[in-house]
Amino acid sequence: MSKQPGSAYFLVDTKAKEIRTTLSVLVDNEAGVLARVIGLFSGRGYNIESLTVAEVDHLDHTSRITIVTSGTPEVLEQIRHQLERLVPVHKVVDLSTETPGIEREMALIKVAGAGEKRVEAMRLSEVFRARILDTTHSSFVFELTGSQQKIDAFVDLMKPLGLVEVSRTGVVAISRGAEAM
Amino acid sequence: MSGPQDPTGAEIVIRALKDHGVRHIFGYPGGAVLPIYDALFQDEGIEHILVRHEQGATHAAEGYARSTGKPGVVLVTSGPGATNAVTGLTDALMDSIPLVCITGQVPTHLIGMDAFQEADTVGITRPCTKHNWLVRDVRDLPRIMHEAFYIATTGRPGPVVIDIPKDVQFKRAPYVGPSNIKHKTYQPRVKGDLKKIEQAVEMIAAAKRPVFYTGGGVINSGPLATQLLREFVRTTGYPITSTLMGLGAYPASDKQWLGMLGMHGTYEANLAMHGCDLMIAIGSRFDDRVTGRLDAFSPNSKKIHVDIDPSSINKNVRADVGIVGDCAFVLEDMIRLWKAKQLKPDRSALSAWNMQIDGWRARNCLAYKQSTDVIKPQYAIERLYELTKGRDTYISTEVGQHQMWAAQFYRFEEPKRWMTSGGLGTMGYGLPAAVGIQVAHPGSLVIDIAGEASVQMTMQEISTAVQFDLPIKIFILNNRYMGMVRQWQQLLHGGRYSHSYSEALPDFVKLAEAYGAVGIRATKPDELDDKIKDMISVNRPVLFDCVVDQNENCFPMIPSGAAHNEMILGDAANDPAVTEAGKVMV
Repeated sequence: MSKQPGSAYFLVDTKAKEIRTTLSVLVDNEAGVLARVIGLFSGRGYNIESLTVAEVDHLDHTSRITIVTSGTPEVLEQIRHQLERLVPVHKVVDLSTETPGIEREMALIKVAGAGEKRVEAMRLSEVFRARILDTTHSSFVFELTGSQQKIDAFVDLMKPLGLVEVSRTGVVAISRGAEAM
Repeated sequence: MSGPQDPTGAEIVIRALKDHGVRHIFGYPGGAVLPIYDALFQDEGIEHILVRHEQGATHAAEGYARSTGKPGVVLVTSGPGATNAVTGLTDALMDSIPLVCITGQVPTHLIGMDAFQEADTVGITRPCTKHNWLVRDVRDLPRIMHEAFYIATTGRPGPVVIDIPKDVQFKRAPYVGPSNIKHKTYQPRVKGDLKKIEQAVEMIAAAKRPVFYTGGGVINSGPLATQLLREFVRTTGYPITSTLMGLGAYPASDKQWLGMLGMHGTYEANLAMHGCDLMIAIGSRFDDRVTGRLDAFSPNSKKIHVDIDPSSINKNVRADVGIVGDCAFVLEDMIRLWKAKQLKPDRSALSAWNMQIDGWRARNCLAYKQSTDVIKPQYAIERLYELTKGRDTYISTEVGQHQMWAAQFYRFEEPKRWMTSGGLGTMGYGLPAAVGIQVAHPGSLVIDIAGEASVQMTMQEISTAVQFDLPIKIFILNNRYMGMVRQWQQLLHGGRYSHSYSEALPDFVKLAEAYGAVGIRATKPDELDDKIKDMISVNRPVLFDCVVDQNENCFPMIPSGAAHNEMILGDAANDPAVTEAGKVMV
């Protein structure tokens, strides 16, 4: 007891192994729904590594939120149940552990430079199959789609070549096979 | 399309309230709700109880809801009206109390302009409600009103907020009644999984050292759940304990009853939880005040957990069998399967278990040293119980030592008779809650067991009680300290009583008189009974200043993140094992 004087709470540092998971959340596209989801994560101390949201069915007014999060298996189970408690949430699917899913992220990457560096940036963009969306005599804007790791790798390669800024969408995901979520 | 014959938004609110059977609302007017107050003025069917502070309205509505099983309705204005309601909304969320709170809002064209008495009410109340709405279009208002009642009262009940801008209250739209509400995403599950229930009853029959651990969910589920729980517990003959929120679901006079469990629970209840081989948790949520140290919580038991909220299962404690469903439905299935399978408890194991429990009971953990000069707070509650037990009595409390003593010494035989702030621990809950209870039960005896610190947080509501002829009794255990704070400072902070003593208390008798209520003071044990009788016989609000021992501590206590088997008992308990050793643990 001497380890935690002055508190009636059970104070302990848990060092359980955290796993990363991608959740797909189908919600009614009503005012404040994103705030409910984000507020849930911040209020209960859950991690958000990335979050994307957009309307997916205009007639049904449904949006799909993709959240990459991490936690112990117990925490991940809680996150899922807590999301399901939100009134506008239709369904929550774990695309990492429950059903196998595919993940993609898109990034816009601005690189400025001249001479050898400019040529090298262009050459590497071909290797990564990035598209050039905008160019001037001294800059490129690349569009790159792929896994988070692929984008991380490309961004790292651009750093010595004149990387100016990066804008990323965060992960979107969908399950494999014929079934809807 | 709407026409001049259609009702206004304000009239829609009143019509919807009446369609949902609302007879009383608790509120406080202000600029942004004036149209609704105007509609209320022109209507006969709903009685409005004017409180003195919006927090009081929410707690009164909670008391009303918990003592009736019906939703409590609150009506407040924008800005400060809404922010003052936040404490009560949070309290209701933590304790699963159905509230429908209607807040006024500045007109839609002023939202976001930092208008007078503007606050982002849906933003502020999002984390403290089950759901909330900002009504931007009056045509949505009837649907939202009906959804609000549906969501507040079904599944795991909770508070909802409907924020209605002033212009929406004036605009007209057709009214649509509340028939066939089926929400497209919100569909709580009430029937439990039969396979799991079957597995559970077989585990229950096979148990050697079982214990029922029930909570507020049984009471929220309604009278049928209470009746079925009693039937099932008696059929099995197993011991039963309950959380603070669950008191009254099982009669305290029954021999299978162990008393409340948890931080200030009984020795027998906590040791039964610690030593059991099967825990049957029904409508309880393994709160930290119940479990104590989690890694030492009931280490050798299998756990069956029945809860209507899937997120409660496996949140704090892993369940071996988790059943999502309404207690009444699940208990009904359990009893049916128990009978169909002709299951019988293991009588010899049970009698050995009961012997062990009787040994724990013999410690007499609630014993305290009686005094002839000064009123012991435990004695005051015991006398209050003895002098009121035959009556139609409802008890509310504030938060602190007096609350725990009330839970330990007032014995509840029926559900919905005990209203206390459990999850949030809101000082100032009890007095306004008593107002709400008395509104719902005009002829009953309603007592708020209070502390002198808590009661001052919402004292102004005594004025509400006087205005509406609500003869509530505020029974203050006055020890001049924030007693629980002082107790922790004594036990956990080296006796440094930092800011826990009330240097300047009001004279509660004179205060009562100033409010137009009745003041009574008792200072000696031998005058207590007569004074309590006086209090009961007065048909007016009473502030009872019961001056008690300043230094009494509330025992048993599970200290500092300890386990159930590491309780400290008071000096008066028969406790050969845990005297000096117990104190060292603090």
